[in-house]
Amino acid sequence: RKTTERRKKLDCARSETMSGIGTGYDLASDTFSPDGRLFQVEYASKAVDQMGTTLGLCCKDGVVVGVEKLVQSRMLVKGTSGRVMAVDTQAGIAIGGLAADGRQIVNRARQEATSYRDFYGVPIQGKVLADRISMQMHMYTLYWFMRPAGCSVLLASYASDGPQLYMVDPSGSSWGYHGCAMGKGKQIAKTELEKLSLGELTCREAVKAIADIIYQVHDDTKDKLWELEMGWVCDESKRVFEPVPRDVLKEAEDAAKAKADAEKEREKAKKEEELKKKAEKAAEKEKEKTEMEVDKA
Amino acid sequence: MTSRFQAASSEVSPIQHTVSPYVVGASVLAIKYRDGVMMIADTMGSYGNMARFKDFHRLHKVNSTTAMGASGELSDLQYIRDMLEELTLGDFQQDDGSQLTAKEVHSYLARVLYNRRSRVNPLWNELVVAGVEPGPNGQAFLGTVDLYGSNYEEDIIATGYGQYIAMPLLRREWRADMTKQEARTLLEKCMTVLFYRHCRQINRYTLSDVTADGVDISEPFELEVKWNYKQFVVPTAQQSLVQ
Repeated sequence: RKTTERRKKLDCARSETMSGIGTGYDLASDTFSPDGRLFQVEYASKAVDQMGTTLGLCCKDGVVVGVEKLVQSRMLVKGTSGRVMAVDTQAGIAIGGLAADGRQIVNRARQEATSYRDFYGVPIQGKVLADRISMQMHMYTLYWFMRPAGCSVLLASYASDGPQLYMVDPSGSSWGYHGCAMGKGKQIAKTELEKLSLGELTCREAVKAIADIIYQVHDDTKDKLWELEMGWVCDESKRVFEPVPRDVLKEAEDAAKAKADAEKEREKAKKEEELKKKAEKAAEKEKEKTEMEVDKA
Repeated sequence: MTSRFQAASSEVSPIQHTVSPYVVGASVLAIKYRDGVMMIADTMGSYGNMARFKDFHRLHKVNSTTAMGASGELSDLQYIRDMLEELTLGDFQQDDGSQLTAKEVHSYLARVLYNRRSRVNPLWNELVVAGVEPGPNGQAFLGTVDLYGSNYEEDIIATGYGQYIAMPLLRREWRADMTKQEARTLLEKCMTVLFYRHCRQINRYTLSDVTADGVDISEPFELEVKWNYKQFVVPTAQQSLVQ
């Protein structure tokens, strides 16, 4: 009787939920839908898509990651609450999605990196670290009492296996990328990334490219307050993961801003042209109308 | 975090205590000078009477403001070095621009060594910590810790036989405002004397120089030694009693 009562309660709950995509099979992260989907995991990915754009580029001499960090208030101190964090000297993570979840992932990654170094005496390789992070994020999708991490992480690593860029999403699947984007502007960003000649790009050029793309996809009307945060690990940084040096970042940002502003001016001018043409057409029509009326009269 | 430097609570292995050192390093000498702190040590690991390892570097860079040198059991030196590397890595991961200062490293090592001594399982070393505080008016720091946990700060420090042979020379000739070259010359002179008299030292050294610009550890180098002193060529025992 207890089980039937519980089932009745769940059935009521199911019929009362909004008729959305998952109806009923999306209540717990350990439930499959009839067509084989894990809705909670998919919803977690949607959380990532709502947040600021995060980009990564794997170049021949290193890896660069950049985050469009949307800021809630003018009172916040610039530079705090970073989304780009070092895991070990040769690797770092850029967080896309919920920053708090991302920070936990980074903590775990740091433990993995430190214990690997302790055990084997060498820095952890990119693909091994990506694997460990995947296992962690995947574990959160296995149990009903946990929720999937609401973040995707971009892992930038320059260890003995060379420059590597991995993205691990809330489902725990990780892929190696030459260039990768997530967040609000990921569609446009991905198109722009594909235009770059990824095999020949240096990290300095990548910094400019990422700044460029982020300024392009950033929507000034919706998100007025924001910061551009970038990190790299490359030959120039002596294979140490660090925030991109201020002068390099400023140069890239200024160029990107100028380009974005120029684009805006062009758009504005175009719109004014169109309005002018419309006004001229309307005036002509008015003229014709009055002429016709005069003729009639 | 599973760090092997934390005492495990559920160890079922037999209790082990260090009773004697096996592979040891000889003296470390260190002095403060006008621009910072300079430290010198030879590169030998002795296995009793045997000159076992001739390229063992005993001076290490802890972080960009601190260097550490050690004499005594070299496996314990490596353990301590790994411990400090883990601390430095933790500082790096925090990514807030702050690092352990030399004074903090010295204090940490003193506590660790005293704790080991109190458990009657010492890290059989005499450590020297040298550093310069970051910032425009950074003070130089020089301190030592031994296997008992005894620790102090001084302007001139020597470990091992250096305390007996080099200390009198250092006390006589050291000044607070020595230049880099003067400091180096003094340390090299003391090391030469030690090489003549200390049977467990070789003529191959590394020198560490910590200033406001950072930590620099030299490549190994040799010093000039003379063996044509009259009393080496014709030992006193062989000279005639009537002069």
